Amino acid sequence: MGTIAKKTGTLLLTLLLVSAMAFLAFQVIPGDPVTKILGTDYTPERAATLRHELGLEGDISARYLRWLAGFVTGDFGISYSYMKPVGQVMEGKLAVTAALSVLSWLLVLLFSIPLGVALARYHKGVFARAAATVNQVFMAVPPFFIGILFTYLFGLVLKWFVPGKFVPFSQSFWGCLGYLFFPALAIAIPKAAKTARLLVSSIMGEMQKDYVRTAYSRGNSRWMVIRTHVLRNALLPVVTYLAMSLADIVAGSIIVEQVFVVPGIGRLLVASIAARDFPVALTIVVIIAALVVFMNYAADLVTQFIDPRVRLS
Amino acid sequence: MIDTHNKTFRAGAVITGVMLAIILVGLVWTPYDPNAMNGAAKMASPSFAHLLGTDNFGRDIFSRVVQGAGATFLIAAVSVAAGLVIGVVLGGLTGWYGGWVDELLMRLNDTLTAFPSILLALVLIAIFGSGKYNIIFALGLLFVPTFARIVRMEVAKQKELDYVRSAQLMGVGSMRILFVHILPNIVPVLLSTIAISFNNAVLAEASMSYLGVGVQPPDPSLGRMLNEAQSYLLSAPWYALSSGGAIVLLVLGFGLLSEGLGGETDA
Amino acid sequence: MLEIRDLHVTFTTTGKEAVKGIDLTIQPGERVGLVGESGSGKTVTAMTLSGLIERSIVQLSGQVLLDGRDILHCSRSELRQVHGREIGMVFQEPMTSLNPLMRVGEQIEETLRIHTHRTAAQRKALALEAMAQVGLPDPETTYYKYPHQLSGGQRQRAIIASAMIILPKLLICDEPTTALDVTVQQQILELLRRLSEEYHVAVLLISHDMTVVRRLCENVAVMYRGRIVERGRTEDIFRHPQDEYTRRLIAAIPTRKRHDATGKDN
Repeated sequence: MGTIAKKTGTLLLTLLLVSAMAFLAFQVIPGDPVTKILGTDYTPERAATLRHELGLEGDISARYLRWLAGFVTGDFGISYSYMKPVGQVMEGKLAVTAALSVLSWLLVLLFSIPLGVALARYHKGVFARAAATVNQVFMAVPPFFIGILFTYLFGLVLKWFVPGKFVPFSQSFWGCLGYLFFPALAIAIPKAAKTARLLVSSIMGEMQKDYVRTAYSRGNSRWMVIRTHVLRNALLPVVTYLAMSLADIVAGSIIVEQVFVVPGIGRLLVASIAARDFPVALTIVVIIAALVVFMNYAADLVTQFIDPRVRLS
Repeated sequence: MIDTHNKTFRAGAVITGVMLAIILVGLVWTPYDPNAMNGAAKMASPSFAHLLGTDNFGRDIFSRVVQGAGATFLIAAVSVAAGLVIGVVLGGLTGWYGGWVDELLMRLNDTLTAFPSILLALVLIAIFGSGKYNIIFALGLLFVPTFARIVRMEVAKQKELDYVRSAQLMGVGSMRILFVHILPNIVPVLLSTIAISFNNAVLAEASMSYLGVGVQPPDPSLGRMLNEAQSYLLSAPWYALSSGGAIVLLVLGFGLLSEGLGGETDA
Repeated sequence: MLEIRDLHVTFTTTGKEAVKGIDLTIQPGERVGLVGESGSGKTVTAMTLSGLIERSIVQLSGQVLLDGRDILHCSRSELRQVHGREIGMVFQEPMTSLNPLMRVGEQIEETLRIHTHRTAAQRKALALEAMAQVGLPDPETTYYKYPHQLSGGQRQRAIIASAMIILPKLLICDEPTTALDVTVQQQILELLRRLSEEYHVAVLLISHDMTVVRRLCENVAVMYRGRIVERGRTEDIFRHPQDEYTRRLIAAIPTRKRHDATGKDN
């Protein structure tokens, strides 16, 4: 229990540091938002009122603490572009990105493990070698390029979906999922290829271990050795990798949302950066970074839980 | 020291070599002027006259891809080189001297890894603005911790070895030991990291330019071309295929090189 | 029962001939030691006999007959019938020879699962019995433990239990006690001896240590550079070594240990 408490402590500290760093980064940007927003309407009184509304008073540490207190209670500040609370600007978008990411992550899971096991099982066969080469290429294809190819093939040629015509949840659950399927697949393909590759090398590494020889000496075939002995060992690093890749997938969706015109926080982030709407950008950056930190923490705990050597000692 | 005879490494070397050769030739000669518009040959499909066809302004796509790949390559190479130099010096010094500066930098490092590279690059672009040089700056900054961490770890390890100890006893100066004696021993480890970082740089640059917050017109870039190409997918699919294909080849080549060097392939 | 005729093993990768024509016979229930320094080819021989050697990296010639069936030339599926059922194996490294993520009991009864049609309950009962036989404490609890919760000696006992549970004709032990400390070594050797006698299982002991061989095996073959240079009854060879290499091998044993080994034998 002590280690979990310690890890949770580190988690909170890292979250604090990450938020501080992100906050600081957006503070060094030159220019005064108040002056910019008010433009020709500028009067000292109005400026003071607006400054108060935007939470821009006081020195940097005071602003950070005020922002942090707001952040943890769901008050993310006011968007410069919309002059609305950031929470309202993001409304619904977070769920879209979450759905996209989880769907994509499930696809990675679905493809990578059977593929990795098959590649390791038939590693000397012609077919597996060809598949390994194709896998190598898939690892190198950026998700947004796959997205563009999908838009062309499934959207324009086969007309399985209408590119740019996102179906909201509220309208149709399955329609929404159907639209998100292609961007999710675009993000998943290179990630699944990498995961499969990791699993293959993990299995190959385990095959060199002494316990594998013992397993053979009992009369196991190669496939039985892989299935009953090696796989559970080889999956340990893969589980960690998969847990951490959810954060990568969210980051990947920033770009893929753009390709498929999916109204998620990724598109909002890009738009807010282009429009220099920093409260929105900061909020999204911190949410994603916090997710990364949290997933690393979760990966750590999951490994602890499934590895009896750590769990029981 | 480095096994360069395995198939993976050779495949990577061939792909990278061919890409590099085309890029180098492209610096002095391309079949057409990449920016020359030709109203008579808009959206022409690939032919002998235009290997990869033409775009919406009748510009030769092959020439544009060569130029774009060159620009992307240059941005990636310069930013990795910048990150490498600063990272090596920083990591070397902190690994050698240790102390609170070391502690502080490593804490900072751990925190930075919480931001996916594309996110960090976007933040830096938000702060410093878009454009070619800012991209190089942002990516360079991104790679400093990566290299610093590896060099620091290796230096701390090598510091304890006999050859370093004997050099110290013979009165060789710290800086000389660090950069003349230790550094060459770290090169093999660094090489595969350089290849991965290069790939990260290519992908980050392409992504940001695709999003419109990276390289700005009139500077060429594969990512920006993909963005343009997306509008003409139905009439000129070869435009997107060629510019995306060039990115894939660049990344694939370096990915194979890295794996051949015994490193990881993950971006 | 096991007959080796003019066995040659050459590594195709390096071209090195590790085993240069050896002949050896093991009778049912006989305990034979194969002794030699590292690199003498004794482990390669053991791996070849058991059929565990990776066939793609070696060139084999000669015959290894197990009850008339040639192990060198049978198919992979035939080999699997031999593994575990007719030949059991005990390896040098008890710390790493068990699967770290599989419960000890499950590993002990695996041979049964592969080669017999017994139910899970029957397998467990047999495993518990085997665990008691090899002297594992509290079998009912140990059955559910993971290898890292056992001591080195206990793990070696578990491996012996797993190799013996189906009563093979031959047990090949490759340096089974090298990684263990001295008192545990004696216990393990004693256990192997008892099991061999009680169940009439032949043992081929691979070792670099003459004293270990002497404690367990009535007969011994001394290997040097891929050849058997001397063979005979262990006692005879220990007292009157003929070959120069055997003499050096025995001379290398510290005197005190030599007396220890001759001393008690319970």
